[in-house]
Amino acid sequence: MNLMDQTFEVLKSQNRTALIPFLTVGDPDIETTVEIIVQLEAAGADILELGVPYSDPLADGPVIQRASQRALKHGVNIRTCMETAVKARESGVQMPFILFTYFNPVLQMGLDLFFKEVQTHEISGLIIPDLPVEESGEIRRRADEAGVSLIPLVAPTSNERIEKIVSNASGFVYCVSSLGVTGERSTFHQGVEEFIQTVKKYTNIPVAVGFGISTHEQVAHFSQICDGVVVGSAIVREIESVIPLLNDANTRQEGLLQIRKFVAQLKA
Amino acid sequence: MTQMPDQNGRFGPFGGRFVPETLMNALIELEESYKRNAEDPSFQAEIDYLLKQYSGRETPLYYAERLSQHLGEAKIYLKREDLNHTGAHKINNAIAQGLLAKRMGKKKVIAETGAGQHGVATATVAALLGMECKVFMGEEDTKRQALNVFRMKLLGAEVIPVTSGSRTLKDAGNEALRYWVSNVDDTFYILGSAVGPHPYPMMVRNFQRVIGDETRRQILELEGRLPNILVAPVGGGSNAIGMFYPFIEDKEVAMVGVEAAGKGVDTDFHAATMTKGTHGVFQGSMSYLLQDQHGQVIEAHSISAGLDYPGVGPEHSYLKDIERVKYVPITDQEALDALQLLCRTEGIIPALESAHAVAEVIKIAPKLTKDDIIVICLSGRGDKDVESIMAYTGGVQS
Repeated sequence: MNLMDQTFEVLKSQNRTALIPFLTVGDPDIETTVEIIVQLEAAGADILELGVPYSDPLADGPVIQRASQRALKHGVNIRTCMETAVKARESGVQMPFILFTYFNPVLQMGLDLFFKEVQTHEISGLIIPDLPVEESGEIRRRADEAGVSLIPLVAPTSNERIEKIVSNASGFVYCVSSLGVTGERSTFHQGVEEFIQTVKKYTNIPVAVGFGISTHEQVAHFSQICDGVVVGSAIVREIESVIPLLNDANTRQEGLLQIRKFVAQLKA
Repeated sequence: MTQMPDQNGRFGPFGGRFVPETLMNALIELEESYKRNAEDPSFQAEIDYLLKQYSGRETPLYYAERLSQHLGEAKIYLKREDLNHTGAHKINNAIAQGLLAKRMGKKKVIAETGAGQHGVATATVAALLGMECKVFMGEEDTKRQALNVFRMKLLGAEVIPVTSGSRTLKDAGNEALRYWVSNVDDTFYILGSAVGPHPYPMMVRNFQRVIGDETRRQILELEGRLPNILVAPVGGGSNAIGMFYPFIEDKEVAMVGVEAAGKGVDTDFHAATMTKGTHGVFQGSMSYLLQDQHGQVIEAHSISAGLDYPGVGPEHSYLKDIERVKYVPITDQEALDALQLLCRTEGIIPALESAHAVAEVIKIAPKLTKDDIIVICLSGRGDKDVESIMAYTGGVQS
């Protein structure tokens, strides 16, 4: 049982839902990312998705695309992202980390090295959005060996695939709230609640929902039917909006506080 | 070889399906529908009818006598895909996928385009079949190929300029995939090259193999034997795989795929995926890829928008590794010189993409003898490129 599993156990015993924020590592820079992570935990984040910036993020909408571009300008790579997890831990952050990365950076690092580094860099889970179950056999095997959860995504279009996807899954199952890429939205796929209930029928591990969730009301709504709620683009947009504050030493604390307040009100 | 790809869409280690889960059922449905229809003679009959009566197939296999004489003793034939309706081989695939979309009950189609040829072909087929059409095109390419943008609009398509990344073909492909993820319920993605997730590389190859099938029949009629060398340009590689595939088992036929070297393979400005790339996952499949050591995709550069792509088809990647096809780079300048030579010797203005293949033949033909036969896949006509050639050369050098 790794740190993330323990976190879900504790939350379950307290009848609470995990708030799982996402940020793009290195946006606007690594040092700031570490400070933002500290603020996110203070605001009530339970688990954190560390987004590895990628040149061709197929599953992401414009907000995370822009964040990736900003991070890539500083030469942030998959290794830097893992090192950021360690730095955050050294800064006192307790919550478990999930590495969210497209498959190609993993492949280029080499699977041997990647899983070795994952184990030594405080990573509890992996989300690889362009690695469907048919292609994931080897990665799943190695993740299991490394004691890291390969978190599967299920979509409203998965239908009869759900059972195959969630069987033997570990960590949690990530339900995609609607068709489309990441980004805030006001409406979700029709029948998303029913879809989440269907997924729950096939698995005993926690079920989280994400894609498009951006407001307190949406978090509250999904908290009633899920074990975790992921908020990504809304937080990345908030970070984007305070970059000018973060970049000025006089207003940096103000910027960090604004991010903290935004995340705190999601959960309140 | 004819069993490629396997049931997972793999050509050796290449291919596969690396896409968000949201698309998986759509791809499986597409594969099943394609296989079902491929066995239905009425589907092939519909395709054949439109290829003949609408696009004007078969295209000629033309003996380029003056070009041949200019380059020595070998006989050079041009497979005139430029004479297709809409001016390139892209229509072969667009017609077939359009008909498949119709059979699947889809009323909306989307496409990505680089040079605009596939966008124009898709817009054309959408008009013909009464479908709604959106074409994603890198903003940079909408400038380079303004005429094709207007052409697509005339045909009733909506052209969506893509402003992410390098604003070229790869980004248009990303955006088309993103749009498809959001609208997978009612939209058919007419993918234009032999790339992307399974079943596209297989399907596009099978819809383009008409090029090679015709060539084979024609050369046997004209010469009574197979050619020694086939030469075709490779961006994603749809015309090349269509030309090569029917000859794969003919060991005596050498094959050369020509990729874009831009300003040179040792500069930062090229699209020489086979020469300089390594294995990677890009836009849904494993293939050779231009990338840095961290797996970030590197932007490609070529004077030819259709070759300006950092990936390449998975089957080409496989054919390279088993050494069945040789892949060579040709620079912008070599392509331009070849374009002018073909204009002057044959009165044919080739597309810049096709000019890359001609340029390779300029290099190899002088070493061959009168017993050698070369076939060039002249994948498209050059009208679309005239403006950018003018801009590059500052007018024609006499």
